[in-house]
Amino acid sequence: MMKVGLEHYLTVSALLFCLGLFGVIARRNLLVIYMCLELMLNAANLAFVAFSRFNNELNGQVMVFFIVTVAAAEVAVGLALIVALYRKRQTAHVEDLTSMKL
Amino acid sequence: MSAGDGFFYFFAFLTLFFGVLVVYNPFSRNPVTSAMFLVLTILSLAGLFLLLNAFFLAAVQVLVYAGAVIVLFLFVIMLLDIKEEERRKIRVISAGTGFLAVAAIAFTIISRLIWTTRPGAGLPAATVVGSTAELGTILFQKFLLPFEILSLLLLVAMVGVILLSKKDLK
Repeated sequence: MMKVGLEHYLTVSALLFCLGLFGVIARRNLLVIYMCLELMLNAANLAFVAFSRFNNELNGQVMVFFIVTVAAAEVAVGLALIVALYRKRQTAHVEDLTSMKL
Repeated sequence: MSAGDGFFYFFAFLTLFFGVLVVYNPFSRNPVTSAMFLVLTILSLAGLFLLLNAFFLAAVQVLVYAGAVIVLFLFVIMLLDIKEEERRKIRVISAGTGFLAVAAIAFTIISRLIWTTRPGAGLPAATVVGSTAELGTILFQKFLLPFEILSLLLLVAMVGVILLSKKDLK
């Protein structure tokens, strides 16, 4: 086995990102789709940290710090939207949410 | 192979394995199970962060993601009381097409990546470490304005969530 370098981490990151993307495409539950979005964000974080370590500087890690904060805000707003939607339609299933008007 | 490399393969395998179980779990289609495996994925990712010398970020990952975000998810799942997913079956054709498309994307990224980087070179010797003090210094000097804007964003998100979750949405 070869020495672990940047490409190993980036491969894991790419695989995790594609896994999340597949989840967003294939799953039909809004909440699970949201979890898969989190997977994709985490994959991007891993790539940032790996580049930061490779270049021996901390800018990438600060970027990850910002991404984590924005992701937390995004999850809060998104889940509030799902709850509001559920109150109107009694479903969290994307196939039942095809019209744009409530 | 050094101990660090062994840990890399261990955590990378765990991350991808639990990630697969978040997306597709053959035994349960309950969102709670997905959320639990998301916790495990995030914890193994924190292990990878530790291997990359990002100690503060590993702690943040555990606290913010595995702590706050997942609790939010579980709270909403239990609030909505979803059981519908169990009854519906997956559409094989659409899932298969999606899988093919995503596999093509993964192949493109990874083959590109192996061509452009020099495999086997390893990581350079670490001269900076992402400890709390160093990250705090750079955060409050170089990135002070984005940091303040971020606090504004959190305020906006908080007000938005409170407005959205009011009973009568005007």
